[in-house]
Amino acid sequence: MNQDPLIIAGRTFRSRLWVGTGKYQNFEETRKAIEASGADVVTVSVRRVNITDNKSENLLDYLDPKKYTILPNTAGCYTVEDAVRYSRLARAAGVSDLVKLEVIGDERTLFPDTAGLIEAAKILIAEGFVVLPYTNDDPIVAKKLADIGCPAVMPLAAPIGSGLGIRNPYNLKIIMETVNVPVIVDAGVGTASDAALAMEYGADAVLMNTAIAGAKDPLMMATAMRYAVDAGRLAYKAGRIPRKLYATASSPIEGML
Amino acid sequence: MKIVVNGEQREADEPLTVAQLLATLQLRSEQVAVEINLKILDREDFLTWNLHDGDKVEVLSFIGGGCPT
Repeated sequence: MNQDPLIIAGRTFRSRLWVGTGKYQNFEETRKAIEASGADVVTVSVRRVNITDNKSENLLDYLDPKKYTILPNTAGCYTVEDAVRYSRLARAAGVSDLVKLEVIGDERTLFPDTAGLIEAAKILIAEGFVVLPYTNDDPIVAKKLADIGCPAVMPLAAPIGSGLGIRNPYNLKIIMETVNVPVIVDAGVGTASDAALAMEYGADAVLMNTAIAGAKDPLMMATAMRYAVDAGRLAYKAGRIPRKLYATASSPIEGML
Repeated sequence: MKIVVNGEQREADEPLTVAQLLATLQLRSEQVAVEINLKILDREDFLTWNLHDGDKVEVLSFIGGGCPT
């Protein structure tokens, strides 16, 4: 798969599986799961440091910045102001202008507030951020995000953490045909076949967290997802056969008795 | 002077730079972002920026995330 890198805003990524770092038991499990997934982009969140416990470890001690691209998200932000503030804090805490922009619209579904998303993206792009927006499976919104300068769009497969898989494959396909930037399917993947399907539809990458971290064996699931994304990508590039209603014999009739 | 760090009242002797505060908290400056009274500081300013009575300081860092919890 190394001959098939993913390029976003001039940055080259080896893996088409991106992973989150939340919900693991500890940093060691996080590190091992990420390694098993083969991902080279990992998402993180920005939060207050625990100042009462001086012994508390830092996630960055477990993620070699030479090996991984750290992609801060604005998870938990429900307003444009908060999303912009957290993006700026992420840039100050890190080393790059990359941000996975989330403006959440509703606590129960965690669906994005797409109007707020576009507004926040405009502000951040003007400030030089490389904005990767977590968006709905809405082709019109995806097109708007690409048009204002997002170098990739990240439509959801299903609600965050739901594990429902791809709820609207046709919209995702329309997004892939509509925008001329990479499409990264983000959120809602439950198991390996979901990830493979997303890649077979033509997604450029898949981002997931809960499907791996919440599995009974996160390391094994990380490996499964790695294979699934690779398999899906190869199948997409190989070009599947068309579906037909009736059989076509694989063995020749000629030479039969 | 009295300052508020991550929502907690703290008593501190003046002068106190941001770098000195981080050292007291045993935090590495390259792993955190510092916001004072809603203004985000450049990391290069940690050494020279003096804190003042009443300052509201936020010290943030990256934690595990991928989805909101």
